[in-house]
Amino acid sequence: MPINYYIFLAVALFCIGVAGVLTRRNAIIVFMCVELMLNAVNLLLVAFSKMHHLALAKNDLNAGINGQIFVFFIMVVAAAEVSVGLAIIVMMYRNTHSVDVNFLNRLKH
Amino acid sequence: MSKLVYLVPLFPLMGFLINGLFRKNLSKSLTGIIGCGTVLASFIVSLLIFSETRKEGFETVVVKLFDFINADKLHIPFSFQVDQLSILFLLIITGVGFLIHVYSTSYMQDEEGEHFARYFSYLNLFIFSMLILVLGANYVIMFIGWEGVGLCSYLLIGYWFKNIDYDNAAKKAFVMNRIGDLGFLIALFWMINTYGSVNFAEVFAKAPGTAIPILTGITLLLFVGATGKSAQIPLYTWLPDAMAGPTPVSALIHAATMVTAGIYMIARSNILYTLAPITQTVVAVIGLATAFFAATIALKQNDIKKVLAYSTVSQLGYMFLGLGVGAYTGAVFHVMTHAFFKALLFLGAGSVIHALHEQDIRKMGGLKKFMPVTHFTFLLGCFAIAGIPPFSGFFSKDEILAAAYAKNPIYFVVGLITALMTAFYMFRLYATAFLGNFRGTSEQQHHLHESPSAITIPLIILAILAVVGGFAGIPDVFAKNAHLLHHFLSPVFEKSERLKPVIEQSNSLELTLMAVSVFVELIGMLYAWNRFSKDPELGEPQGFGTVLANKWYVDELYDTIIVRPINALGKFFNDVFEKSIVDGLVNGIGRTIQYGSRQLRLLQSGQVGAYVLMMVLGIVILFVIQIILKK
Repeated sequence: MPINYYIFLAVALFCIGVAGVLTRRNAIIVFMCVELMLNAVNLLLVAFSKMHHLALAKNDLNAGINGQIFVFFIMVVAAAEVSVGLAIIVMMYRNTHSVDVNFLNRLKH
Repeated sequence: MSKLVYLVPLFPLMGFLINGLFRKNLSKSLTGIIGCGTVLASFIVSLLIFSETRKEGFETVVVKLFDFINADKLHIPFSFQVDQLSILFLLIITGVGFLIHVYSTSYMQDEEGEHFARYFSYLNLFIFSMLILVLGANYVIMFIGWEGVGLCSYLLIGYWFKNIDYDNAAKKAFVMNRIGDLGFLIALFWMINTYGSVNFAEVFAKAPGTAIPILTGITLLLFVGATGKSAQIPLYTWLPDAMAGPTPVSALIHAATMVTAGIYMIARSNILYTLAPITQTVVAVIGLATAFFAATIALKQNDIKKVLAYSTVSQLGYMFLGLGVGAYTGAVFHVMTHAFFKALLFLGAGSVIHALHEQDIRKMGGLKKFMPVTHFTFLLGCFAIAGIPPFSGFFSKDEILAAAYAKNPIYFVVGLITALMTAFYMFRLYATAFLGNFRGTSEQQHHLHESPSAITIPLIILAILAVVGGFAGIPDVFAKNAHLLHHFLSPVFEKSERLKPVIEQSNSLELTLMAVSVFVELIGMLYAWNRFSKDPELGEPQGFGTVLANKWYVDELYDTIIVRPINALGKFFNDVFEKSIVDGLVNGIGRTIQYGSRQLRLLQSGQVGAYVLMMVLGIVILFVIQIILKK
């Protein structure tokens, strides 16, 4: 399958994620959109890594697998981030009885 | 002994430092002893060096103390030059200066201790600066002294600084001098550019090969400096105002130091001037014009010190006339005799002022019987300045007039008229102040007394010098080879004299000139004596007299054409340029930044969404730029 399709899909996912972050006010949905962007990048990394590997596999069986390793890193970091983020959201709900991000503008004052 | 010449300026410098730094602790008598003693020590060292320079085969000695400026090819050492000209000036400065110091101890007795010491420290600094000026072996060292005397004159004229008029007089002297100094400074740079050196020896050796326009330019600029320091047209107006200082200071400025600096500088640079005939003519004409002009003003002054001040300006004009016609020896000779009789006259005037606390001669009169010593010495001084033989002024003035006649008879005629006026105003002053009846208050008459010996002894010594000083230069007409000064100074001026020999006149012609001038001076003297001793001019001047009494309105003229326009310009810049443009610019920048930040602050909304939007927009813009740049 040509690389173009992967790229289009990744870009589409990323744009959906950005649009979601920009437009939605519910903190949990914003959070999901961030995850969407991360996974769009993961998809790209895997796709490029595979392409790279195919191009160089004649000389070196291990060529081009670094990208796939990165994906695992991102997953781990994303998992950590989710746990912290969700904790914040829970605390926020406890204080304000809302998960609206526009409520969180008190740092201004 | 010549190697020890640095001692001469060192003593007054030490006196300045001690009196200046410890002015609050020293007693008056100790201050006086330090002030006078240091100058006396310099005088003694000068005398010892003088006796050495008189020996046959004395060569010019240059004593290098240290390197002053070393820059690329330019080397300016801090060095002193001992030769006949500088040693003669050393003797005049330290000798007359010492007498003035002694005189001051009594004259300034009423000052408080601290100010008394301040006065003496300034006097010593003045002597020190003048010695540096005279001793310097190059133009830069001379310039240091040149500036030094300017500073000291400012300090001393404004000594009574609580009086705003005196302050203004001091500022005027300083500013006028600075104008002249600028000319000197430009000449210095030009000289460095032309010769690559400012040492007298090198400059004078290279001078004959220089293009005439360059030489004329340099000498004219140096002369501008001299007009400032030596009070010639157009920069002379500070000197009469310098009367604001204590009287001994006037004596010091007018006789021993300061005003002779210009004469010394031109006499020192005589070769440059001899090679630039145009400059010589300018010097002679300016000198003559100043002599004449100042003498006319002196005719109608009623302040005892103002008359003397204008007579100084006039006599300085004579000296410049002498320099301009190539009679360098005559000019230096006149400096010497003038130092004697002008110091005498000023100190005499100071003695009168000390006794009367009055400077207006219309309120004096009849002082002869109250102050016999002052009267007699003052009379001798008047004889000397009027040029009555055999007093000293006769010889020096006559030498200049004879040389002027040889150059151009018109010079002689104008000089003669000036001599007539000199005799007239000096004896007008003498007769009005010392003869007739006393016209002051009875209170003053009650306190009238002869001054103490610290005042009269310097007067007597100076009177003796004023009487016999002329015999150092007896002209050839009276006795062959009796002109000791000419013989003494010949090594300094011999090059110039070889280039342009002084025209020898027949004895009969010279005697005739002498007789004419003496005759004219006697007429002026006798007329003034007769008229003013019986019927002193007490009223306000009338007709043309008012013009003279108001000094030809020169101060007003300068005020109108220079001071006021500059003040107006300054006011314009202060009120308009400063307030609207400079202030507007500074305040405008401040206001713009305040306004801008108030607008930018709105971006900081605290809305997370807005921040993210900005971030995304920023990234998009970066992408767009990247794409455009790639193409």
